[in-house]
Amino acid sequence: MFAPIEDLYRLAPELVLCTFGILVMLAEPFVPRKRSGLVAFLALLGAGAALAATRLSWAHPGTAFYGLVRVDDFSIFLHFVVGAVAVLVILGSRDYLEREGLHRGEFYALVLFATAGMGVMVSAQELVTAFIGLEISSISSYILASFRRNVPKSNESAMKYFLLGSFATSFFLYGVALVYGATGTTLLSRMDSASGNPTLLRLGLGMIFIGLAFKVASAPFQLWTPDVYEGAPTPVTALLSSGPKAAAFALLLRIFDTVFAASQLWVWAIWVSAALTMFAGNLAALVQSNVKRMLAYSSIAHAGYILVAFAARNEIGTAAVLFYLVAYALMKLGAFTMVTHLGGEGERRLEINDYAGLGSQQPAAAAFLTLYLFSLLGLPVTAGFLGKFYIFNAALKSHLVWLAVLLAINTVISAYYYLRVIVVMYMREPQKEWAATPIPRAVGLVLVLTAAGTLYLGLFPNYLMEFATQSAVLPR
Amino acid sequence: MVPISYYLVLSAILFGLGVVAFIFKRNIITIFMSIELMLNAVNLTFVAFSRALGKLDGQVFVFFVIVVAAAEAAVGLAIILLIARNQQSLNIERVNLLKL
Repeated sequence: MFAPIEDLYRLAPELVLCTFGILVMLAEPFVPRKRSGLVAFLALLGAGAALAATRLSWAHPGTAFYGLVRVDDFSIFLHFVVGAVAVLVILGSRDYLEREGLHRGEFYALVLFATAGMGVMVSAQELVTAFIGLEISSISSYILASFRRNVPKSNESAMKYFLLGSFATSFFLYGVALVYGATGTTLLSRMDSASGNPTLLRLGLGMIFIGLAFKVASAPFQLWTPDVYEGAPTPVTALLSSGPKAAAFALLLRIFDTVFAASQLWVWAIWVSAALTMFAGNLAALVQSNVKRMLAYSSIAHAGYILVAFAARNEIGTAAVLFYLVAYALMKLGAFTMVTHLGGEGERRLEINDYAGLGSQQPAAAAFLTLYLFSLLGLPVTAGFLGKFYIFNAALKSHLVWLAVLLAINTVISAYYYLRVIVVMYMREPQKEWAATPIPRAVGLVLVLTAAGTLYLGLFPNYLMEFATQSAVLPR
Repeated sequence: MVPISYYLVLSAILFGLGVVAFIFKRNIITIFMSIELMLNAVNLTFVAFSRALGKLDGQVFVFFVIVVAAAEAAVGLAIILLIARNQQSLNIERVNLLKL
């Protein structure tokens, strides 16, 4: 029995990504060392083709493979996000890999496979399919985190990510098993109509929430994040902090909005988790001296902001989540790409104090970093500002005044550590001379794209917001 | 016939043992084994429910879990091997370059 051709269209982005991933691995041994750019180019082509394939599958909305996956505006929106993240990460990592002497085709293949897994996650309509997607993306990222094989920090980061990631996966899976036992199905759409044991169902949904809370790094399950983000190669950190997070949030939203029992049960958990996550991220970020670690804590705080929009439980909230995921991915990718470049060979310069005098010696780099930090802080004219504004709006519409107040307090706290970096860059005298390395072309392109995106969304959010609002209407 | 609750209680105990071992054990390989124990507890749950509901799909899920666990084991053992080679130790307390 063959799947009808429409089903293949609906899975087109994943098929393209996997095909190109395999092609990259096959091409790798045949491409001479000197021309290793070809492999990177092939991978870039694959990620671009996946975006085109997403456009193709957009023309064929509906469920595929007996209701296992579903193509709707929501999944298309997130496919565009994870595809764009893959393009930017591949563009930004080539010069890093060359510099560190790590250039191997597997890196790009793994990025493509991870993206395919995220694609499965965002369109999954069934829990075991979602689990497979989660694992495809997680296992690829475990390997990516350990890519600097001879650096103990990278090993340690990979080990922690692997152990805690699998631990979380087991929770997710146990939850799936209990939900299956309670309702007799793993299809999200049938879960409500099935009469089942309510206690078992609640227990299962709680387990699933714990598993996904680990993946999005929300408190009290966020402890792994700083260690993993600090030790992993910086382009991988950029990927981890944007793509998988968006996909995990998408899965959380999908379950939250489709299964009535889940929305009943989770709303308080999300409220508490949002408040805890914001404080855990921001307070810990205050005392960090390492830029990567500081950005890791900031990404925890941002997960908290996104959860606030979640707790709003309305379409404005969902649209705000989607908008924020895009804005967040842009600024985080930009910031981490800049940190990658400034880190220098062997990632030596990662302390905030190392950035002293950057403003006068490398004005372009300092200006880019300033823009990203302003956006992360949420100053006007940047995407971060409007993202926060929409979240605020959604929270107030649902009368979550307390969460909105906590969000405002946290924004003020976060000003300290973002602005400190800027102060160090512009006001302090450099301790040692910067051997100013020119920004490579591909890295420059990533920086320009993310900076332009950040400013564009900050000035003209309407187009994306309309798309997000249209995508936010999930089928019941 | 053995009632389903027996199987569920057994798998919950196995899962709990896995969680406890994950938190308290100090050897990386043992921690890794406790994750496998948790996954197998999940498998038992799937099979028990599949039998109780009279549906086969629960047993199919088990195959998926086994395949994924095998893939995870391959990657995980490779990472543990790197640690063992670079640190000469498998004690998790000694792998502490990144402050928690």
